[in-house]
Amino acid sequence: MLSLKQTRHLRTVLIGSLAWLVALAIFFPIFWMLLTSFKTEIDAFTSPPQLFFAPTLENYIHIDERSDYFHYAWNSVVVSFGSTFIGMLLAVPAAYSMAFFETKRTKNTLLWMLSTKMLPPVGVLVPIYLLFKDFGLLDTKLGLVIIYTLINLPIMVWMVYTYFKEIPKDILEAARLDGATPGQEIYRVLLPIAKGGLASTILLSLILSWNEAFWSLNLTASGAAPLTALVASYSSPEGLFWAKLSAVSTLACAPILIFGWLSQKQLVRGLSFGAVK
Amino acid sequence: MKTCFTPALMASAIALSTAATAATTVTIGTVNNGDMIRMQELSNEFEQSHPDIKLDWVVLEENVLRQRLTTDIATNGGQFDVMTIGLYETGLWGERGWLTELDNLPASYDVDDIFPSVRDGLSVHGKLYALPFYGESSMTYYRKDLFEKAGLSMPEQPTWEQMREFAKTLHKPDQEQYGICLRGKAGWGENMALVTTLANAFGARWFDESWHPEFTGPEWTKAVEFYTDLLGNYGPPGASSNGFNENLALFNSGKCAMWVDATVAGSFVTDESQSKVSNDVGFALAPKEVTEKGAGWLWSWALAIPATSDSKDAAREFVTWATSKEYAGLVEQKFGITAIPPGTRLSTYRNDAYMNAAAFAKTTLESLKRANPNDPTLKPVPYSGIQLVSIPEFQSIATQVGKLISGALSGNMPVAQALKSAQSVSEREMKRAHYIK
Repeated sequence: MLSLKQTRHLRTVLIGSLAWLVALAIFFPIFWMLLTSFKTEIDAFTSPPQLFFAPTLENYIHIDERSDYFHYAWNSVVVSFGSTFIGMLLAVPAAYSMAFFETKRTKNTLLWMLSTKMLPPVGVLVPIYLLFKDFGLLDTKLGLVIIYTLINLPIMVWMVYTYFKEIPKDILEAARLDGATPGQEIYRVLLPIAKGGLASTILLSLILSWNEAFWSLNLTASGAAPLTALVASYSSPEGLFWAKLSAVSTLACAPILIFGWLSQKQLVRGLSFGAVK
Repeated sequence: MKTCFTPALMASAIALSTAATAATTVTIGTVNNGDMIRMQELSNEFEQSHPDIKLDWVVLEENVLRQRLTTDIATNGGQFDVMTIGLYETGLWGERGWLTELDNLPASYDVDDIFPSVRDGLSVHGKLYALPFYGESSMTYYRKDLFEKAGLSMPEQPTWEQMREFAKTLHKPDQEQYGICLRGKAGWGENMALVTTLANAFGARWFDESWHPEFTGPEWTKAVEFYTDLLGNYGPPGASSNGFNENLALFNSGKCAMWVDATVAGSFVTDESQSKVSNDVGFALAPKEVTEKGAGWLWSWALAIPATSDSKDAAREFVTWATSKEYAGLVEQKFGITAIPPGTRLSTYRNDAYMNAAAFAKTTLESLKRANPNDPTLKPVPYSGIQLVSIPEFQSIATQVGKLISGALSGNMPVAQALKSAQSVSEREMKRAHYIK
């Protein structure tokens, strides 16, 4: 018979082990991609797959010689941060009005916004392509910023709305009694309280924009193509390409992974502090 | 007056000098194949000899490129000045006026040096709409060492029945040696290329003279039953998910005794840096059965100029350069003689140095000579194309049929059911497109 202390200890160990297993299962594809990027093309295709092999940097050297990585990376940075910035500028006031000045149509508006995410993108490819062509937005970073902002806006509004809903109205009323204008209310009261939630929204929007492939492949050529287009260029219909594709995918994932890792502390701190947590 | 005049004059001079030195940008959409990558690497040579032209490359995965180019060309997007397209698209897009006609090519280009079958495939009503970058047929690759050890001999053109006998003898799955590797992955450009040539050899055809599909006929039934039996019993495990690249990897690692696929693989399987069996590969023509017609396919990756390009002259300069004899010489000089893009120019195959260096060249040449897209089947057909049917609806029909045949190969459904579904799918599409009532 186990004592209470031992039972608790066992439960902690079991939950810990389970968490490790889940984490490893999620991390495994990334680990395998990283491993494959250091293999030769023959080693990458060898069956059964090898865990131990003579590592090589030839794939990274090949990518460096063939592609201008920093051109693609810069495009990714501009469109991801640009669309996230504009998206937040629109999402915060929209969520503020919906969370604190709710009308009978608010719920329907929110649902309608979300319903636009249910449309398969390919269904509107031709109209969007024609619009982009007419406005001279094809193969421009501005074009991608606009489309990414529009794609991510419903989710951003929903997320910010959910965080704002958790904030008691009394806090805002108190600020209003002290003479705060709506702008000051948002900027000085709401944003500091909801900063954890806003940080998560920003990070999610960045990740979604960084990884988006359908529109970036269809609306860009060489000028504004982001990292997703670079990754797509390494897949080949005739010839071995797994190792090079893994190397370029590693390079494409690295910036956003590092960014996420660096902002992890702030994110967790932001989520666990505040007026209502 | 004087003070106003001087800056205006300077501004005009700057504008004029900028215009005089500004290079025309040519945007090229292409795929990530070895030959295309070499072309990209040699683009500096072109830019040096044409300082007024700058090349921009958009390299994409084949299906993504096809979708991207189709959207751009159908909407007059004008994003590309040069497009890498196949034999299939050239005919369809040329017919619709989406491509620029490539007439009046300079005498030095020697258009008559291009393989007649490839040139015909890239022409509409006798007018050329794309220039071939490389061409391919299909052929049989086999392991000479394994054949010798087993006392077998590969004829110049085996029959599929002989292939089955060879595969049966050489299939040793416990040693990870499989009798035969063939495409099984669903796709109109994947399994359907191989299956259609196999069906052609069995006397089958996609449509009769009045465009009625023939999947439930005895020829298709026999062909697909043979294919699933051959690959199911003597192929590698999971053959239904193997395409060109997967089979290439299997063959190069010594796991396939035989492989029937694109002639372009000749340079890969004989390349020591990527093949463990580079010295043991033998070559034969693609297998026949009741007929030789349509036994080997015909495909070409070609460079075309969309009608929407605003830099047609510069694009034309590039396209003629990249498909010229001069370019072949440049590739030979930089990458070695076997790296010359295959299957486009007869002069390549008249070059003794090439024929001696490339062990696969003789069979490639013979395969390309025999491939006739205008007479692809035993019975007459209303279409051209060997492994494809040159109508816009083909891509959609063949994609669906490819999934059904891949399903039959993996054992998800019986062959008869797959062919019955293929028949109804193709009948529905052909009715919708008003080919039949």
